[in-house]
Amino acid sequence: MAFDKSEVEKIAHLARLHLSSSESEEVAARVSDILGLIDKMQSVDTDAVAPLSHPFEAVQKLRPDVVTEPNRRDELQALAPLCQDGLFLVPKVIE
Amino acid sequence: MIKKTVTELCAALASGETTSEALTRAYLDRIAEHNGALNAYITVCEDSAMAQAREADAQRAAGSTAPLLGIPIAHKDLFCTQGVLTTSGSKILHNFVSPYDATVVERMQAAGAVMLGKTNMDEFAMGSSNESSYYGAARNPWDLKKVPGGSSGGSAAAVAADLCAMATGTDTGGSIRQPAAFCGVTGLKPSYGRVSRWGMIAYASSLDQAGPLCKSAEDAALLLNVMAGVDNKDSTSIDLPAEDFSAKLNDSLDGLRVGLPKQYFTSELNPSIAAIIKTAVGELEALGATVVEIDLPNSELALSAYYVIAPAEASTNLSRFDGVRYGYRCEGPKDLEDLYKRSRSEGFGEEVKRRIMIGTYALSAGFYDAYYRKAQKIRRLVKDDYARAFEQVDVIIGPTTPSPAFGLASIKDSVTMYLEDIYTIALNLAGLPGMSVPAGYVDGLPIGMQIVASDFAEAKLLNVAHQFQRVTDWHTHKPALTANKEA
Repeated sequence: MAFDKSEVEKIAHLARLHLSSSESEEVAARVSDILGLIDKMQSVDTDAVAPLSHPFEAVQKLRPDVVTEPNRRDELQALAPLCQDGLFLVPKVIE
Repeated sequence: MIKKTVTELCAALASGETTSEALTRAYLDRIAEHNGALNAYITVCEDSAMAQAREADAQRAAGSTAPLLGIPIAHKDLFCTQGVLTTSGSKILHNFVSPYDATVVERMQAAGAVMLGKTNMDEFAMGSSNESSYYGAARNPWDLKKVPGGSSGGSAAAVAADLCAMATGTDTGGSIRQPAAFCGVTGLKPSYGRVSRWGMIAYASSLDQAGPLCKSAEDAALLLNVMAGVDNKDSTSIDLPAEDFSAKLNDSLDGLRVGLPKQYFTSELNPSIAAIIKTAVGELEALGATVVEIDLPNSELALSAYYVIAPAEASTNLSRFDGVRYGYRCEGPKDLEDLYKRSRSEGFGEEVKRRIMIGTYALSAGFYDAYYRKAQKIRRLVKDDYARAFEQVDVIIGPTTPSPAFGLASIKDSVTMYLEDIYTIALNLAGLPGMSVPAGYVDGLPIGMQIVASDFAEAKLLNVAHQFQRVTDWHTHKPALTANKEA
């Protein structure tokens, strides 16, 4: 299926990506090609097939709800672009 | 000495023929000489490697017999390594010094391995040529104008050029096997869940699996012994009884049933590659194997399903890169949305953005059933094809790739690049173990034979690969690096 520029802009926003106008056109063309490859799937009747989400159909394991990791806040926050008083700083959200 | 296999190096270290310090120095010198041309490493850890080597020698003197004691190795740059830059080939992690070790890294370290550095890769493991790396493409040691394959291209190039004794890789759709084939090394993708994914920077979580790139199947068995095992930190790692993957290497292949998928050996396959694989299968027949044609009717659809499932999971996994907690942040964001959008757009490369877009689209409201759910149904059909085939045969054999290594910058469009993984991708959907072993040359470039076994039958896979390598010597061939130096 074809993917037009307005569709690209909508999806880019959902993915929190900013694409320039020329980039959007290129992405629209390339993604349309890829969707062409993907759409070959539609030729097969899969009504009676159950989806497979894990290769061995394993289910999520559970563990006791106990603390296993130490608190390493300072170390981890040292990686952040901007931090103050133990908080990650971002542009003002609420006026 | 640096050309030896891990198995041989272990013996040389144990007998005192060499020391880890001398060996590590030799690899570091070789890296200094050739990495400029090959770009196989993003980061070289000279000082810490030498310190680890001296420590390994001291531990040996104190009686340690850890399985990889003093062996110099490299990790693909998506394994988190504490205190060492971990980029996943991306600008968005250009400054990310990991605060913890991946389980694979921990296990290799506990086994005594020395880490020489971190290898180049396609950005976030998305690619089949290494060209999507923010740090420039690694080169193929057999011809510097060719790609090494991807995404674990730096690992494959480093092993082929003897810039390490072995390297780790990861495989989501062929990212261990395809570069192993292109660079003429042995690569193993274990069954999904065999090796912990903890600390691997995630691409597609239901497909990603770590494994070794190395110089022989015997080494692959030894390395899998160290890497494999259940891990509480990865809820998808599978709890299986401990197994010695080296134990069955020397089993006879008499009576082995080999399947050749009729979908692979068509007029579309490069005839030189078809001939190489047929010759290799002939070697197995001489060892007592019988060969039958098998049918994998949904092979072609695997690629379509993969390009929904992998991007969908990637778009989810990569949402964590937001410019807030770590990694690249754009200059002067005007508000929070601008911070997210520009940090991500400036931090991710083209291919990564494309896959995020496809994944987001496939998961968006109104399209889920037509794409993601449909792809999961195809996934079951692919898995069922293999289950039926393994009722008839023990292993399935074919080419790893449809062509030898292609030229740098020679493939411009995405779909053509995706088709490079046509033979490898289905295994990831089905969770099966697979290997690529060197089997010959086309135009002076190595060709890989892919061997596939049923769920968790890595020991069978390694047995077949090892027996093949006992009667052939392709895996021992080395590229003439010096001749390439000026290219």
